[in-house]
Amino acid sequence: MKGTATVNAPTPDAALVKELAAALSPDRVRADSAERALFAHDASVFAGGLAGPICFPTCTAEVQAIMRISAAHGRAIVPRGAGTGLAGGAIPLGGPVVVATTKMNRILDVDIDNRVAWVEPGVVNLDLSKHLRPFGFHFAPDPSSQQACTIGGNVANNSGGPHCLAYGVTTQHVLALDVVLPDGELVSLGGIDAEPDGYDLRGAFIGGEGTLGIATRIAVRITPNPSAVRTLLLAFGSIEGAANTVSGVIAAGIVPAAMEVMDRPITEAVENFVHAGYPTDAAAVLLAEVDGLEAGTRTDAERITEIGLANGATSVRVAADDDERARLWKGRKNAFGAVAQIAPSYYLHDTVVPRSALAGVLRAVYAIAERHQLLVVNVFHAGDGNLHPLLLFDRREPGVMERVHAAGEEIVHACLDAGGVLSGEHGIGVEKQKYMQLMFGPDDLDHQARLRRAFDPTCRSNPGKVLPSSHSCADIQALRAVPTGVWV
Amino acid sequence: MTTAVDRHMAAFASDIGSMGPVAVEGSRTRWDVGGELPPGTHLVKAPTGILEHRPEEMTVRARAGTAVAELHAELASRGQRTALARRGGTIGGALAVGENDLSVLGRGRVRDCVLQLCYVSAEGAVVKCGGPTVKNVSGFDLPRLIVGSLGTLGLIGEVILRTNPIPPTSQWVVSSDSDPFMVLRAVARPSAVLWDGTLTFVELEGYAADVQAQQNALGSIGHWAEAVGPPELPAHRWSLRPSDLRHLEQYALGPFVACAGAGTVFATVPQPLRAVSPTILALAERVKQEFDPTKRLSPGRSAMRSA
Repeated sequence: MKGTATVNAPTPDAALVKELAAALSPDRVRADSAERALFAHDASVFAGGLAGPICFPTCTAEVQAIMRISAAHGRAIVPRGAGTGLAGGAIPLGGPVVVATTKMNRILDVDIDNRVAWVEPGVVNLDLSKHLRPFGFHFAPDPSSQQACTIGGNVANNSGGPHCLAYGVTTQHVLALDVVLPDGELVSLGGIDAEPDGYDLRGAFIGGEGTLGIATRIAVRITPNPSAVRTLLLAFGSIEGAANTVSGVIAAGIVPAAMEVMDRPITEAVENFVHAGYPTDAAAVLLAEVDGLEAGTRTDAERITEIGLANGATSVRVAADDDERARLWKGRKNAFGAVAQIAPSYYLHDTVVPRSALAGVLRAVYAIAERHQLLVVNVFHAGDGNLHPLLLFDRREPGVMERVHAAGEEIVHACLDAGGVLSGEHGIGVEKQKYMQLMFGPDDLDHQARLRRAFDPTCRSNPGKVLPSSHSCADIQALRAVPTGVWV
Repeated sequence: MTTAVDRHMAAFASDIGSMGPVAVEGSRTRWDVGGELPPGTHLVKAPTGILEHRPEEMTVRARAGTAVAELHAELASRGQRTALARRGGTIGGALAVGENDLSVLGRGRVRDCVLQLCYVSAEGAVVKCGGPTVKNVSGFDLPRLIVGSLGTLGLIGEVILRTNPIPPTSQWVVSSDSDPFMVLRAVARPSAVLWDGTLTFVELEGYAADVQAQQNALGSIGHWAEAVGPPELPAHRWSLRPSDLRHLEQYALGPFVACAGAGTVFATVPQPLRAVSPTILALAERVKQEFDPTKRLSPGRSAMRSA
């Protein structure tokens, strides 16, 4: 009874909560309104949804029980890691049971012979790499949120990070998964042998944004720490100079471990925040890292320097030691936090364009922001052509959200017009569903919906995400299935 | 952006049609993988041609009927290569089977190099999945589902692949008194470590000074000579865990060549079918049912055979 719940209404979902509490334990099933309000949101700018009971399972069997109980009650579920997603993928729509994986956070095994670590989905990305350090290994995907985001969330979003330029995104580092399907069945996807049999259901699952089930055990590839690393900081009088250097480096046959660009406003904010020695008078800086073997890293660092100078670099600094390198990376990875000095809120667009289009698209992004009277700052994975323009604003300013969304839409169009794609690493979530039709035709979307149905025939797992609603009819039914008495 | 289907893809789709058993014939390099086609299956050829190589984007767009050797020759003229197996055949065939190159440690897995696929569906529609850029998470990852599906979910017509620079130096070395597991510890990034039970072959790639330094490092764990290339490979591929290679005596392999660090073993006999769990078979069957409800695509072949 939408909008009619009162303080005298019966406790919502009482029967559902009772069954869930019996299957887990009462302290790991929360249904009070404060908790539901908290879990209605994620880190994105989008309005919150409506959370049903929130469950904190500690093992695969409990996740299976949650799936079966939810299905028996005709309720959807939404998986949730740390809630750091920026596309709204973890926002609960239609009062689903929230399955928070944060208590499934054990590193189960490190298998050096097979170069694999088995982990639970709630393990924090950076905690895994810290755990692997004494073995001389790390987990290569390194999103900027790696101090908080979970491996399960990385799997759901097929997350990237600065070092994915050379090492690849999450799917390249996940060998096998135990997945609880929305009907409660458990399947093991992929394998740690060389070429597992059958369809690559592992690959199909990764990046499913929680719409295909919940991974409860994940075998990740562990990567040996490189013996040689060189980190360069190049300053430019124009952002085009930095962008053209990036294209030039790739065209020269060099694939650095990472190439990140920051424009002046964001560099100033970062420098105020971490004091890493970033030049605040440059129009843009390029942080480039090469790793591997000694001679190769030395040669590549020299060649990147030459290409930078030929494109107008005004200074080139090489990190002298691990401390200096760590400070530079700390600055880059805290860039989103640092923008709070400029404005209280930001809306980040994650799109990818061909590297050769970077300079032109950046010019378009600045022009769009100016037209909408918004401040935009750019910090991005330039080596992949993966843009992250941040539109900065204060929600208290009347009408600002409309301008932010209008500018965001124009940015998406500018990137697609340049031969780009909708998202490089943050996913579609609720943010970009409406743009999917710009990139895919009806048959393309129909086939994506078929994959979804094979995993989740009743569209009960994270309904209302990824595919536009016209291509996921069952999702709409799941969203309408909210029973009366639910908090609204 | 959505783009119009070109006339080559349209002709391929029209040849495939929407009824009756159909399969793509490439160059029959891996023709027997996954089972035999029944008589009367309509055989079609995928369109050919390299459409656009963009070295500065590290991408190449090509039609699936193009020979892998032709693609690699074209890419090499601009200093690049892909993860597609050098064993030959067509691009479409290599992707339908999904086997990795012998030097998978250096070149990466084949399914990781596929950025965008255009395939023809069981209904005869041209479907595009993935995206043209080196990084993309827009929608579900259908390219990975299609790669290795043996033409049972869709028939590949056109692809965009990620390319990589060819390292300046490449050198094979061989030793009769070394151990492949020691090699993996002694050398940071070998492109291949092969072992036939007696000889260990190692492929080193990179700048000349690094290749030399790695050769020097190998000197501490055996006597090495330069080799012209990998050894001759037996016909059948086994897929094992890398750690299983420590105990190969437990398998009836006959003469073999094992890829240390990867787990592929080339043997004279085929690997026995392994048991697949009923829940996986049920999920795979639902996938097949969604993509090819009348089971007309590559009938008789199955990517999901279970013991």
